[in-house]
Amino acid sequence: MNNSLVNTGRLLGAGLRALLVLTMLTGILYPLAVTGVAQALFNNKANGSEIKADGKVVGSSLIGQQNYSLDYFQPRPANGLDENSVNTQYKLILSGATNRSGDNAELIQWVKEAKAKVIKDNSTADYKVKPSEVPADAVLSSGSGLDPDISPQYADLQVHRIAERNGLPVTEVQELVDEHTQGRTLGFIGEPRVNVLELNIALKELMAKSG
Amino acid sequence: MGPVLAGVLQLIALMGALAIAYVPLGNYMAKVYSSDKHWRVERWIYKGIGANPDTEMRWTAYLRGVLAFSAAGVLFLYLLQRLQGVLPGSLGFASIDPDQAFNTAVSFVTNTNWQSYYGEQAMGHVVQTAGLAVQNFVSAAVGIAVAVALVRGFARSRSGELGNFWADMVRGVTRILLPLAFVAAIVLVACGAIQNFSGIHEVGQFMGGSQQWNGGAVASQEAIKELGTNGGGYFNANSAHPFENPTPFTNLFEIFLLLVIPFSLTRTFGVLVGSVKQGYAILATMATIWLAFIGLMWWTEFAHRAPAFEIAGASMEGKEVRFGVGASSIFAVSTTLTSTGAVDSFHSSYTGLGGGITMLGMMLGEIAPGGVGSGLYGILIMALIAVFIAGLMVGRTPEYLGKKIGTREIKLAACYILVTPALVLVLSACAMALPTPANSMTNSGAHGFSEILYAYTSASNNNGSAFAGLNADTQWFNTTLGIAMLLGRFVPMVFVLALAGSLGEQKPVPVTAGTLRTEKPLFTGLLVGAILIITGLTYFPALALGPLAEGLA
Repeated sequence: MNNSLVNTGRLLGAGLRALLVLTMLTGILYPLAVTGVAQALFNNKANGSEIKADGKVVGSSLIGQQNYSLDYFQPRPANGLDENSVNTQYKLILSGATNRSGDNAELIQWVKEAKAKVIKDNSTADYKVKPSEVPADAVLSSGSGLDPDISPQYADLQVHRIAERNGLPVTEVQELVDEHTQGRTLGFIGEPRVNVLELNIALKELMAKSG
Repeated sequence: MGPVLAGVLQLIALMGALAIAYVPLGNYMAKVYSSDKHWRVERWIYKGIGANPDTEMRWTAYLRGVLAFSAAGVLFLYLLQRLQGVLPGSLGFASIDPDQAFNTAVSFVTNTNWQSYYGEQAMGHVVQTAGLAVQNFVSAAVGIAVAVALVRGFARSRSGELGNFWADMVRGVTRILLPLAFVAAIVLVACGAIQNFSGIHEVGQFMGGSQQWNGGAVASQEAIKELGTNGGGYFNANSAHPFENPTPFTNLFEIFLLLVIPFSLTRTFGVLVGSVKQGYAILATMATIWLAFIGLMWWTEFAHRAPAFEIAGASMEGKEVRFGVGASSIFAVSTTLTSTGAVDSFHSSYTGLGGGITMLGMMLGEIAPGGVGSGLYGILIMALIAVFIAGLMVGRTPEYLGKKIGTREIKLAACYILVTPALVLVLSACAMALPTPANSMTNSGAHGFSEILYAYTSASNNNGSAFAGLNADTQWFNTTLGIAMLLGRFVPMVFVLALAGSLGEQKPVPVTAGTLRTEKPLFTGLLVGAILIITGLTYFPALALGPLAEGLA
């Protein structure tokens, strides 16, 4: 009995020493080495792909923002996005999805409301949005709540509203959207998309130029 | 090009990349576990441990090594979280509560990576890199070590010796996981994943005001999170978060990472047992199930049959635009058929049947291709069951790879396959019967039940993904899911190693005309059938109450 206790203790000691040595290797040296290479070669990306407008940082090109006025292109809904509930000395973005199932009554309600709003907001004097034209990404929340992109269909749908509210020709706004539409990588990886923040920065520049 | 065709092309590209890696990586891993040379850095590590890497271990000694190392891991990770509040470099984040710290420690040591916490608001740099990411490496290395020990049981004869646990585990880290993870991490950073040790970033926003986000060693953790089939996200949104998975390419790359070792291990197995064709038969079984599941997932997700998605026009809830339905479905199937549990889209918002497919993937025991190591030993156990069934049909003593599958072997195999269903079904039933656990559900009805069934399935099979509407940060769920993860990881390992010892002691039986040819397609068919029937019958009633009821409504 005593002997087996000693053996167990010895074995646990070996386990702990193994863990500490491997922590040095994989928990300290490895992340530091990756950070060194990353900071040296890909500085901007390693620090969050921050993006500037008029010389000021206005966010990250990878992180979607929610509070655009209707003068600008709207992002996807983010009903799963939250703010931190612990360590509240910070006001952190808490990424997340709604996790609602397809038959969830609340989700069905959100979709109906979002669809009605998209149709209303984007219908102008000479352009009426049909319900069938509203793409799914315009009414459903993303997985992260931070989706930086919208589908090209949703961007196209907003062109008339943007043009009317900002006094720009529809063709110019459409051109802007087309310039910012990214196809699939290598033609087949992922889905076509438009980065909302980059598009809105370009829109602001266009307004400054014509305004 | 339509999204369906794009999905098919992405799948073909993925298969091509896996096929290119298969032989070199599989052969390399076989060499890693049969070489008698030690690297200098490994000698230092063995000196630090105080272990002789050349001592051969019987199964009991090997198991003691696994358990001692894992126990030390749980203890260390628990203490690290409990002390976070006073550790420097932790962004001033508070310590983690005892029940959640227990759950998280067990979760990462068992290669599950179930998370009842929100990464970005709870875990500082020290716990993330020196605690969680370390277990991403070593829990994966332990899994491969146990699989290699089982393979040695088949390959060796008249010897109960299965190799040295410390050498196998350390080599898994130094020679396989660490070099691959380093390269993968750099690729991820080059595409936009973040990698820094700065504090909380406060940056301006387009419309004014500011937003705060975390810095962190994300890319380095993301790489090993996929490669080691771990799955614990740096951020709550896991691989849906743009800092973890910034582009369509990184998405496909991450799916590749989480599949490449489990698939290539079948080559390692073939080389070590002296017949690469045996490895191909296992590979074919895994690939058949994996491809069939992806096909089914595409069918239900593109059809998007659910009230909310029919109004919206596609099943894009919980999915990112840059990935779309096609690639998200490949990710979802791959992460639940391995023991990864990382998600690039949220399974709770898949169609009813789609959610059922992710659950069934885990229920199969995660063997197609399964977790690193655990997938291989899991499917070899099923192979024993399959030859046993075939043996019953023709009235012959079953044998596999020249070893007789006698009473002792089949008992151990049967015990192995009973562990997880028992945990899943008993604990789910308890949670449903008690008054309070149901308060954690976000959805009601069939989907609410699915949230709980998913949680215990994920924990017991060491997957770690979730129907994340379930609020799992309660004492009940932290504790019971923690127990499910522990038992679901280590009890099966006991049976695997006992089996390895028992097989290794046998002398090989010669191949005769009556031997079932386990390298032929007929056997692959038999194995696929055995896997589906055994699991299907076990879980069918539970699935009928949850995802099937929702999907067929």
